[in-house]
Amino acid sequence: MGKYLIRRFLQLLVVSFVISVLVFMLVHLLPGDPTTQILGANDTAANRAILLKQLGLNLPLWHQYTIWLSAAFHGNLGTSYLNHESVTHILATGAPVTIELIIISQVLAFAVAIPLALVVSRKPNRALDNVSTTTTFGLLALPPFVVAPILVAVFAVGLGWFPATGYTPFNQAPITNIHEMILPSVAITAGSIAVYFRLLRSDLITTLQQDFITMARSKGLSNRRIMWRHAFRPSSFSLLAAAGINIGSLIAGTFVVELLFALPGIGYALVEAVNQRDYLVVQGISLVVAIAFVVIQFIVDFVFTIVDPRVVRE
Amino acid sequence: MPDDKELLDTRSSSKMLANRIPMTAATDEAVLEMQSAAVDGEVLQKKPFGFLFWFALSFVGIVLFSAVLANVLPLQNPNFGHFSELNQGPSSAHLLGTDDLGRDLLARLVFGARVSLIVGFLGVAIGLVFGGSAGLISGYRGGRLDIALNAFSFIILAFPAIVAVIAIVTFWGASLFHITIILGIATIPLMYRVIRASSLAFAQRDFVVAAKTMGATNTRIVLREILPNVIPVMVTFSLITVAGLIVIEGTLAFLGLSVALPTPSWGNLINEGSSNDLLSINPLIMLWPAMAMFTLLWSINLIGDRLRQRFDLREGVL
Repeated sequence: MGKYLIRRFLQLLVVSFVISVLVFMLVHLLPGDPTTQILGANDTAANRAILLKQLGLNLPLWHQYTIWLSAAFHGNLGTSYLNHESVTHILATGAPVTIELIIISQVLAFAVAIPLALVVSRKPNRALDNVSTTTTFGLLALPPFVVAPILVAVFAVGLGWFPATGYTPFNQAPITNIHEMILPSVAITAGSIAVYFRLLRSDLITTLQQDFITMARSKGLSNRRIMWRHAFRPSSFSLLAAAGINIGSLIAGTFVVELLFALPGIGYALVEAVNQRDYLVVQGISLVVAIAFVVIQFIVDFVFTIVDPRVVRE
Repeated sequence: MPDDKELLDTRSSSKMLANRIPMTAATDEAVLEMQSAAVDGEVLQKKPFGFLFWFALSFVGIVLFSAVLANVLPLQNPNFGHFSELNQGPSSAHLLGTDDLGRDLLARLVFGARVSLIVGFLGVAIGLVFGGSAGLISGYRGGRLDIALNAFSFIILAFPAIVAVIAIVTFWGASLFHITIILGIATIPLMYRVIRASSLAFAQRDFVVAAKTMGATNTRIVLREILPNVIPVMVTFSLITVAGLIVIEGTLAFLGLSVALPTPSWGNLINEGSSNDLLSINPLIMLWPAMAMFTLLWSINLIGDRLRQRFDLREGVL
């Protein structure tokens, strides 16, 4: 187990390194030279050389990279050129909103998908099974940018049950906060519900045909105990894997709903920065989100090795 | 080929972990579903395609047809505003109504389909040509090249696609060409992994060994023995990926990071119609492209799913 985790950890380091190089190189893709703009009318060869030296732009690229990276490790990802806010600060204020969205949506997804799959898999191909299988197949074709506006049209503009925009921090008014977060969370839940339900259902159906389930039945255990204690655990592995992979599309989903509902999360800050051509902010946010994504994958794998020790024996 | 299944039935959790491919929800689901043994019964027997399949196929056909022929079809100018006819409901003059600038919603919908389809199909084509051929050869030859390419594809796939795409679009500029190229490149490692796995499985089969013994060249083996067997996986997975790319493009367009207005795309049409006042005045602006997007994605998923059942593709293949 230790060996496996060390290998995965090394992989994590390699991936993070590649991410940081690519993100660093992005700025160098930009056409033009910042010195032209800074110098303006004083654009002489001598002045330019001095400025390049001042900014450290005369150093070889790898040296610039190490300077940038060590600053990043010290929490300095640069500042926005618009309002001189530090990128670290932008991330720190945005993260709670984005993380809350992801947590609520995942809790909702599991709360719907797991019980439904447990009920349905006992009697596959009955009416309830067919209805939920067909519905979740439809949910797969409902990305957040399709679902969210419809939810707003119906539940915010039409029925007025939820606010269409606005954000109140949780520690100021928890109930208002949850009320505001429900619609956006539901909008990004649709895909997760479908993925989790369909996976768990097909895994449970396979598991329920195994001998140890027949054994448990013949011992006279209650259905509830069989489903939760005997069938659910061995069927939950791919669910866990799916949850790990799913984070990629969840991130995209949070960007969409943060923009639509005007929630001040990381995605909102990123899109804002992109539109304002605030390059350092885009660079910093991309770096942190990509690394966070890779780290979460690693954690999921770590949990995996605990739940299913077979993984290690490859 | 009943003995195929034994060979392909290599399901284990570790295998599943190794094959994780971050993409969209639809892709993830399909990949994992193909990996997990679906002993539903429905997979094992050949069912007729059924009404829904033909409905989905004709919907995709109609969208493709009208997007390609949008200039020839009797449509109005998608960017011309009839200022006396703002926010009209459906009528004989405007079959789907008009938006807040008096533009014909049907014309905008049809022209908007172009962006989604070009990005989806062309992106996958790029991925297939480069990733697919690399996967075929890498899976067949094995060796150092295979190990290197495989490790490299893992690193690339560890990226959250949407973040990478947003970052690159910011620095490179958003145009249809750029987005298609970027998403095409993002598809290469995905196609590589899937086709490599499939090619690897067939490379060890008896008929390949037989062909080798008979002195067939490597080119011949790859093209005539392995490729035909890999095609079902290729087709099915390509379809799912088309849907995945359409979702990513739509997300970008919704965020205002894809093709610039006034050029319509389904994503930016949905975004345009989603401002709060427009949702109360004229929800149709948002509703038509949202419905079209849903139906298209659903259709592509359904076609892919039915083909997968028909080809009897299962876990180990992907």
